[in-house]
Amino acid sequence: MNTSPIMDVSYFPGCSLATTAKENDHSLRELCRRIGVNLVELDDWNCCGSSSAYAVDHDLALGLAARNLFMASPDRPLLVACPNCIIRLRLAHQELSRNELMRYRFEKKWDKPYNRDLKILHFFELMENRIPEYMGKEVSEKLKQLKFVPYYGCMLNRPNTLRNEKNYKGLMEKILTGLGAQALDWSFASQCCGTFLSVARPELVTSIVNRMMDDAAKTGADCIITACAMCHMNLEVRCTLKQPVPVLHFSEILSLAFDVESHNNWFSRHLVDPRPVLKSRALI
Amino acid sequence: MTKNQNETITEIYTGSDFAKEVKQRAGTDFNACYHCLSCGGGCPFSEAMDYLPNQIIRLVQLGRKKEVLESSSIWICVGCNNCSVQCPNSVDISAVTHALCQMAVEEKVTVAEPDILKFHQEVLNTVHRYGRTHKLEIMLRYKFYKKDWFSDMGVGMKMLARRKLELLPSRVTQMKDVKFAFNQKQAG
Ligand code: SF4
Ligand code: SF4
Repeated sequence: MNTSPIMDVSYFPGCSLATTAKENDHSLRELCRRIGVNLVELDDWNCCGSSSAYAVDHDLALGLAARNLFMASPDRPLLVACPNCIIRLRLAHQELSRNELMRYRFEKKWDKPYNRDLKILHFFELMENRIPEYMGKEVSEKLKQLKFVPYYGCMLNRPNTLRNEKNYKGLMEKILTGLGAQALDWSFASQCCGTFLSVARPELVTSIVNRMMDDAAKTGADCIITACAMCHMNLEVRCTLKQPVPVLHFSEILSLAFDVESHNNWFSRHLVDPRPVLKSRALI
Repeated sequence: MTKNQNETITEIYTGSDFAKEVKQRAGTDFNACYHCLSCGGGCPFSEAMDYLPNQIIRLVQLGRKKEVLESSSIWICVGCNNCSVQCPNSVDISAVTHALCQMAVEEKVTVAEPDILKFHQEVLNTVHRYGRTHKLEIMLRYKFYKKDWFSDMGVGMKMLARRKLELLPSRVTQMKDVKFAFNQKQAG
């Protein structure tokens, strides 16, 4: 069935996947094994700078991202699993590529030329490239009509300078319906989750999240599928409704479709337990 | 809608040094803005802002530095880019708000959203210590600062029970290199 040779990629998990969203990280690793992708974790990677460095200190944001970029191997792409990290790393890559003075400063520090050809790979791009060849009759019923609403949050938006990057609107629906799930339409697919406001202004996030959960429940969805660990966390942590809809990482549901069995520790880490829904569909 | 959002700003634009500095730092031409209000319309948090995103731009153009740097909007903006993807003139609004946050910190003005700034600082403190963020420590220090131990207790306990909050941080080994990023200004 599969034809493409094994593909080596460097992997930048980012702080969320390394800690609070371990289930996202583990399922992604398992999934990659199934689709012929060899992940080589970027050795000793550091925080990309996140929204916080971006907000308060531009030089720090660039410096933190740059360390990761300079460490990335020149002969394979760098896969980034977090939609926020990838923007931070791509902006830094753009600045290092375009701004000679900056580049020179960091090249001096790192004692090597900057690799302007470094490919920073969006994990949606990886899915889009690798999964279709594994899709076919045999897997077309795998997800057993599981009803989901796709949740992209702000991840389809890009800052203006990254405008030419590809937009993956509809990718989750395309792949998951090809694997037998059923995508439902709702009006919150691109609603921003509020990111860090969840800490300092929780009431703002709760009001958004409750509206979303309520709408997801009304559509009759079994679950919300998201590809962002931050969105996942805000949906689970800030919802105050009695019966929240379970939220699954895109990588988790894909892993189930690809018969990954070592998922014991993933679903118990969710604050809204998805196991009853998954069991009712005989997916676990 | 908050108080200032009803205000129509009618002064004549003359161009200010402040505007030039913001433009340079944000790297976007906000003078292309024709105040169509699309940005505020699509902003998920405009209700919580004191000025709408285009009003921030207008105030910058007018050189009303203090009002802008002391506004809540620049901190409330989460950088979701809803606004810039729909802006007909490709104004990168989040680049503007974030440049303004940095200027507000540098100029030591009275920050309108000290809690948000505190949160960012605690995030960066853990990065400074470990090279990566450490959520439990960020939350505890933030709670300590707020002197509020009770809100979110339930959520916190649940997260600990589900092993979502790690007790120990995930760390970088070559911390010297991470510190370099923090010390660049001094390093020149
Ligand atoms: S959308 Fe663009 S042009 Fe319209 S008001 Fe906002 S910044 Fe100005
Ligand atoms: S980037 Fe900021 S101003 Fe623009 S829509 Fe998002 S929160 Fe609002």
